Amino acid sequence: MDNEKLKGKILSEFDTIEFVEQGSQFLNVIVTPQQLKSLSLFLRNNPELKFDFLFCLTGVDWITHLMVVYHLTSTEFNHDIVLKVKLEDRGNPEIETVSDIWKTAEFHEREIFDLFGIKFINHPDLRRILLEDDWSGYPLRKDYRDEANIVEL
Amino acid sequence: MSIIEKSITDVIDSPDTVAETQEYFINMGPQHPSTHGVLRLLLTVDGEIIRKVEPHIGYIHRSIEKMCEKDSYQQIVHLTDRMDYLSCHINNEAVCLCVEAGLQLEIPERVKVIRTIVDELTRLSSHQLWWGVMGMDLGAITTFLYGFRDREMITDIFEETCGARLTMSYNVPGGLMFDIHPNFQRRTKEYITHFRKKLPEYDELLSTNIIFLERTQGVGYISREDVISYGVTGPTGRGSGFQCDVRKRHPYNVYDKVEFKEIIYDGGDSYARYRVRIDEMKESMNIIEQLIDNIPEGDYKSKTKAVIKLPAGEYYQRVETARGEFGVYIISDNKKSPYRVKFRSPGFSNLSALDTMARGCKIADLVAMMSTLDLVIPDIDR
Repeated sequence: MDNEKLKGKILSEFDTIEFVEQGSQFLNVIVTPQQLKSLSLFLRNNPELKFDFLFCLTGVDWITHLMVVYHLTSTEFNHDIVLKVKLEDRGNPEIETVSDIWKTAEFHEREIFDLFGIKFINHPDLRRILLEDDWSGYPLRKDYRDEANIVEL
Repeated sequence: MSIIEKSITDVIDSPDTVAETQEYFINMGPQHPSTHGVLRLLLTVDGEIIRKVEPHIGYIHRSIEKMCEKDSYQQIVHLTDRMDYLSCHINNEAVCLCVEAGLQLEIPERVKVIRTIVDELTRLSSHQLWWGVMGMDLGAITTFLYGFRDREMITDIFEETCGARLTMSYNVPGGLMFDIHPNFQRRTKEYITHFRKKLPEYDELLSTNIIFLERTQGVGYISREDVISYGVTGPTGRGSGFQCDVRKRHPYNVYDKVEFKEIIYDGGDSYARYRVRIDEMKESMNIIEQLIDNIPEGDYKSKTKAVIKLPAGEYYQRVETARGEFGVYIISDNKKSPYRVKFRSPGFSNLSALDTMARGCKIADLVAMMSTLDLVIPDIDR
């Protein structure tokens, strides 16, 4: 399915969804945290879409807000889509987990929690994964300062 | 039946005295020879049966993604071969392809062909090391020596071409660092002739060995659905029937112009994963043979500016490393360093499926299973 058809298909179910073109090769969708779960289930379960492979899941710190980016593809139809969720509350960013839909999200969400401090509600085992449990701060945030370990050039 | 035996059977069968077992924890690693690096597995075991595997990673986490936010695009290339050091050229190339797509650079045909050959040599050398180490994990030292002996020929070719034997860097945004060495074609052909004869011999050494078969066949099963859900790619995914070869799904370089088969096995067990890699080595040799005499003339690099600035936007490039789908996700804000870089490493996702594979198996089987996952720890920890 090409991007235009994908757009139409998604708009027929979720009419408030916002599409963005940002010089990216994929179709980008801005999703609210409330919509994420229902849209994810729709994308995976719809027989014409079947987005069954979450090939990249990561976070971005845009200073004004945090963002979680989901790269999805369908192993059967070979079409891709990118979901982007904005989280305005930097102090306590929270979002529903998708680890029950794509199991790979379990590890990737732990990584995002570790490096960006985004909490995933209903995640089965939300702990730091790469850093030690007593690490303070979230290194991939733009305002992270660590005098001891990072040499500023 | 003697009186003593009878009484023992009675005791065991009696419902009041069923032997109670207790689950306990065992730490495997971080310094364990079969984890191939600093990986710690916390095993929940009942007797010898594994109930749960909990990987603890991050012992060599260097936050390469954070480093990239300070570096120029040319420098980032050299950080990626510190991740999966056995797929170094392929990792380098992923960043180069991503930057080239952002700059909309035309790449000379010569570069594309050389890159493809180098990729396949890298894959061969990685699979050879895996084959040697896999045998060693199961107690056969011979394979380790054979694997390393023949791999040496590829390392020598690379040493001549790019000057290094480990953490090699040959690709730069726009093309290659230098042209191929005058000996490159001759020595590659010599290697292929040599290894064509050796590979069936090596395969026979393990796959006709009853001990090897009993320790791999039917062990560490994972279904196709689980493989896709866990994002397991590469030979591990293809051993469960998942058609995930990026070279076929999203061709780059000249992979759409050469003929090769995507190796798929449906077994889903350790043996299927073993077979995929062995057959893949044959396919890699096929690809090289098609290209080695047909390297087009031309430049080995197209012109790039000294300071590369990608137009603001997002770029994603996936390539097939020896371990699976490697992704580079660059967000640029039109500065000399990227705003954010994410490396989607195949090992990270592949490791997450280990728990599903290992449940119900014995501890000794876990070693074989991990071998067939072909984990490289810096690739996981980044």
